Amino acid sequence: MFDLNAHLRAMVELHAPSGHEGPLRDYLSGVWGPLADELSTDGLGSLIATKRPTRECEPSLRIMLAAHVDEIGLMVREVVDGFISLHRISGVDNRVLPAQAVIVHGRRPLPGVVAAKPPHMLPMAERQNYEPMDHLLVDVGLEPAEVEALVQPGDLITQDAPMIELQNGRLAGKAMDDRASVAALTVCLQQLQTLQHGHEVCAVATAQEETGLLGARTAAWRVKPDLAIALDVDFAVQPGVEPDNSVELGVGPGLPVGPNFHRRLVERLRDTAKRQEIPLQGGVISGASGTDAWAIQVARAGVPTALLGIPVRNMHSPVETLDPRDIERAGRLLAHFIAEVEGDFLLATDPEGDKS
Amino acid sequence: MNQDLMRQLADARGVSGQEEEAREVILAAIAGLVEDVRVDALGNVLAHKPGAAGADLPRVLVSAHMDEIGFMLRSIDGDGLLRVYPVGGVDARILPGMRVSVGPAGVPGVFMWKPIHLGREQKTVPLDNLRIDIGASDRAGAAAHVKPGDMITFPSEFTNVGEEAVRGKALDNRAGCALLVELLQGEPLPCDLLVAFTTQEEIGLRGASVVVESLQPDLAIVLESTPAHDLPDLTADADEGIAFNPATRQGAGPVLTVMDSRTIVDPRLLNWLRATAEEQGIPFQLKSSQGGGNDAGAIHVAGSGVPTAAISMPARYVHGPAALLRVSDFDHSLALLRAALNAVSPALLAHEDLSNRHHRE
Repeated sequence: MFDLNAHLRAMVELHAPSGHEGPLRDYLSGVWGPLADELSTDGLGSLIATKRPTRECEPSLRIMLAAHVDEIGLMVREVVDGFISLHRISGVDNRVLPAQAVIVHGRRPLPGVVAAKPPHMLPMAERQNYEPMDHLLVDVGLEPAEVEALVQPGDLITQDAPMIELQNGRLAGKAMDDRASVAALTVCLQQLQTLQHGHEVCAVATAQEETGLLGARTAAWRVKPDLAIALDVDFAVQPGVEPDNSVELGVGPGLPVGPNFHRRLVERLRDTAKRQEIPLQGGVISGASGTDAWAIQVARAGVPTALLGIPVRNMHSPVETLDPRDIERAGRLLAHFIAEVEGDFLLATDPEGDKS
Repeated sequence: MNQDLMRQLADARGVSGQEEEAREVILAAIAGLVEDVRVDALGNVLAHKPGAAGADLPRVLVSAHMDEIGFMLRSIDGDGLLRVYPVGGVDARILPGMRVSVGPAGVPGVFMWKPIHLGREQKTVPLDNLRIDIGASDRAGAAAHVKPGDMITFPSEFTNVGEEAVRGKALDNRAGCALLVELLQGEPLPCDLLVAFTTQEEIGLRGASVVVESLQPDLAIVLESTPAHDLPDLTADADEGIAFNPATRQGAGPVLTVMDSRTIVDPRLLNWLRATAEEQGIPFQLKSSQGGGNDAGAIHVAGSGVPTAAISMPARYVHGPAALLRVSDFDHSLALLRAALNAVSPALLAHEDLSNRHHRE
């Protein structure tokens, strides 16, 4: 029996910032290997699991599913008197770092704390602002000479944030962005073990999304998809996040519309959701979606692309919070879509003439 | 440092006014080591360890506060999110994305934080505007698990950081409690030890303010954890080297308070501690500051006044989930405390009239 929470926990408790996705690639090779016909990697380190059709279909499409495995992270800038100053790898929020536990991946993993100056001793003016990234330090509690021996500039630093379970089955942890979506791909591959499908599926765990959608671009080049569905986390309603352009936790994945997304594909996904009674939420993205979908859409000669969003609160913090039912729904939607979609559906109607 | 004891003490939950769990650990740890154990009206644990021999021994109060900073649940919003009050000195700057444990059952929760994609405002968001999410979707859903008045703590677990340091929540001041327990585990001293594990220090030295009436000490030593303020300043001019704050540093031994915002330490006691440290070759550092304070502030003005000193362990990040303490600072503090108490004699307070002590006996 597949345990989605255990699968997600295993992934979010691994440490793999952008450009260093090896641990996730190794883990996923073990999980996806038995579910696919072939595993391969591209030049940037994305993992591609190919599952060939199990029934006849004319025409038969190659469908790319993409979710990124990299997480935001930090890098050692230099060692200063035994303290470690920081470089940011992609979108780390300086405001969520002070007093949080981290792991410095030196010659051995070193538990550390992001230093927070004691407020007792700070002038009021300094207490009124968060420390900028270039003032933050990591303290691993060792003598300076020992730190010098164990830690070098360029070593990785990641959040030490085990997954926790909240009420209503909700989960919180680091790197839910975007391993929640990777888990949805696993759910999809599992469901396709029993659903007959006429299209080839390439599930891709993309590298370096957080550094500019790099892995999705090269993977799409390798896969040559006829259509693609990217999955990423989406902003869930919370204080400070406008409810009119965010999604609710636990009410199904978001399926946004906008120039990044092929209307006919979005419409067809919605049909499948309706037929399978899978709840979906809407969304409007008027330009760059900031997801792998943005890069895949313009790979090679262009790819019809859609995006599924897993609702997540507190994005880019150590407590990214979600409802795993949304992951299961996204995976199930993908599997049923792949199993039932007609090979010529993109040609059926002129997308410009469609109302979606 | 007995790390098992320190672990039990640090992991126990006990925000000011709700110290039950910490108190249970302390009561179990001192059972058999002391006499006359009692819990007073404020929840302080009081006890007595008689001196080695002789009559008319100095009565020395040694105290450490058992409460920790945290939060109290204030109300539950309609969307199931929690508003909280601070209990003690909480730094709002460390709260975004922080994990917490709510109520007696330790219901897990998180301080929410608007994603960086949607705003990068660098002004500190006050606690009033932060919310805790326990996963409930509405008020009734949250109320099934938590209620106004529940204490909220950091859920962090005590861990070793290499051989030399430990990390955990509430080291302020369970480290002081551990120091006091380890003192009680030692041989009797040439003084009557009056023991107080106090409550409600973090909200204004409340517990300590009543222990003098019960214990009637001649002098007192407060055991504390004090913020080490020894981070390199990355903004300092490189040509002038790294500017260290002149206040306390980790690894430099126990901190002896000269003065803080509540207390000017009796010079006789300060000199006694300094002289003992120097004789024993124990490193120490002096702290004189306009800010901060500890139970000494209440004890030294209790009753008709009690000469009081403070021995503090320098710890980093003390009001957060992951304070860091050097084992050497703990061990040196214990060594200094033992050596000083072994050298204590009525002569220490010689120029004070001690006759008022005798009419109590």
